[in-house]
Amino acid sequence: MRFTDEFRDPDKARALVKEIDALARPLARARGTPLQIMEVCGGHTHTIFRYGLKSLLSEDVIEFVHGPGCPVCVLPMGRVDDCIALARDPAIIFATFGDAMRVPGSQGSLLQAKARGADVRMVYSPLDALAVARANPQREVVFFALGFETTMPSTALTVLQARREGVQNFSLFCNHITIIPTLKAILDSPELRIDGFLGPGHVSMVIGNRPYRFIAERYRRPIVIAGFEPLDLLQSLWMVIKQLREGRCAVENQYTRIVPELGNVPALAAVQEVFELREFFEWRGLGSIDHSGVRMRAEFAAFDAERKFSIPNLKIADPASCQCGAVLKGLIKPRQCKVFGSDCTPERPLGALMVSSEGACSAYYQYARFAEQAVEPDSGVPA
Amino acid sequence: MCLGIPALVVGITDARNKLGLVDVCGVRRQVNLACVIDAGQTPESCIGDWVLVHVGFAMSRIDATEARLTLELLQQLGEAQAELEALRAGAVEH
Repeated sequence: MRFTDEFRDPDKARALVKEIDALARPLARARGTPLQIMEVCGGHTHTIFRYGLKSLLSEDVIEFVHGPGCPVCVLPMGRVDDCIALARDPAIIFATFGDAMRVPGSQGSLLQAKARGADVRMVYSPLDALAVARANPQREVVFFALGFETTMPSTALTVLQARREGVQNFSLFCNHITIIPTLKAILDSPELRIDGFLGPGHVSMVIGNRPYRFIAERYRRPIVIAGFEPLDLLQSLWMVIKQLREGRCAVENQYTRIVPELGNVPALAAVQEVFELREFFEWRGLGSIDHSGVRMRAEFAAFDAERKFSIPNLKIADPASCQCGAVLKGLIKPRQCKVFGSDCTPERPLGALMVSSEGACSAYYQYARFAEQAVEPDSGVPA
Repeated sequence: MCLGIPALVVGITDARNKLGLVDVCGVRRQVNLACVIDAGQTPESCIGDWVLVHVGFAMSRIDATEARLTLELLQQLGEAQAELEALRAGAVEH
C-alpha cells in the first residue's frame, strides 16, 4: 500500500507535530536541553527550512543539527585550487556540476577562473562531460567527480562507458566521499551530544540500510532513513523520537518507496569496479577522516586525472574567521558564527556552508535569519 | 545534485550502453538506465516506467502516482525549475 496523498496532507502534518511534541517534551524536560537530532543530508536541511518545519516544532523540545551531507559544503579550499590549476591548463576543458562553480578556493572560485579565461563548463551530468570529450578530441576533458554515494554510480558508469567506447581524452578528478566513515567520525567526536539521526534518503537508495547498523548497535543511537517531503521528514522524526521514548536503538526505514534493504545492486557493482577507498580524505571544517573518500582503481589510470596530470594537491587552511566545522558538528548554530551574514553571505560566500542551497548557513540566511534575530534575547528586538 | 526528479522512460536510444530517452514535463533527454534494469531484462523493459533521475542516471523505479504528485509539488514550489533548466541544457549535444 502506498501513502502518496497522505504525504502531503496538512492535517496529518499537524497531527504528527503534536505527537512528536508530546513524545519528546518529557525527554527534553528530564535532561534540561532539547533533543538534538541530526539530519545528515543537505537535501533534508533544505526541506526543513523551505517548508518551515523548524518553526513548527518547539525549540525547547527539538533542535535540528545540520549534518555534513552537502558535498560542496565539505570541499576544502585546496581542492578548489587544484580544480582551478587543472582548468587553467590550455589543453584541458574542466567540466563540473553547477553546484561546485561558486565554492570559494584561496584564489577565488571556478566561476571566477572561468571569467579569467579558464575553460570551465557547467554540465548537468557526467554523461554530458563525456559528450564534450567526444566533440573535442584534440582537448582533454576532466570531469570534477564529487558527491556521496548518490552520484558515485553515475561517474563510475560514465567511466565504464568511456572505456567501452575507447574515448581517450576523458578523465575524472575523483573527489567522491563516503558517508559511513564520516558519521563514525562525528559519533567519535568527544563533544558529541546528538540523540538520533535522520538518515540520508538517496545515499541509502544506493547503499541500502545495512551499513548504518553500527550506529544503533555500537553507538546506541536511533537512525531513521527519511524521504524528502515535509511529511516524510516529520514521520521520520516521529519514528526517531518514538525509539528514544521506548529506549530502543534501531535502523528504521521510513523511505521504503525508494530505499531497498540491500540498496541498488547494479549501482554498487559499478562503484566497486571503478573505485577503491583512500586511506584518508580531507574535509572542510571536519579535517582528515580515515577511509572517507574514494580514488580510481589502478586499472582505470587512463581515466584518472590524478594520474594523468600533475595536480598541486594543495592544503589550504580554512579561513580562520569561518566556523563551518563547529556548525557541521552541531556545536554552534550558523547565526553564532562571527562572519554569518556580514562577511559571509550567499552572494559572497566565505565558508562553503553558505554556497549551496543545501548548506546549513545558506538555508538559515534565506529562511530563518529574521526569525532567529527576533527570538534572540540580547537583540533587544521584541519577537 | 542529490534531490533528483521523476521522469517517464519513453524510448531506448543506445541499448549497448543502456541509454534511453526520458520525458520530464515535456523536456526530453537521454539518461542512463543501467541501475533500473532488472537482471536478465532488456533496456526496452523500462519503457513506460517512471524513474527517479539523478544527474542523468535513473536510480530508482517509482510509482506513477507518486511521480506525478512529486512533480506537481516540485513545480508548485518552483523547485523543478532549476532541474528542468539543467536537463534542457543537457538535452543538446555539445
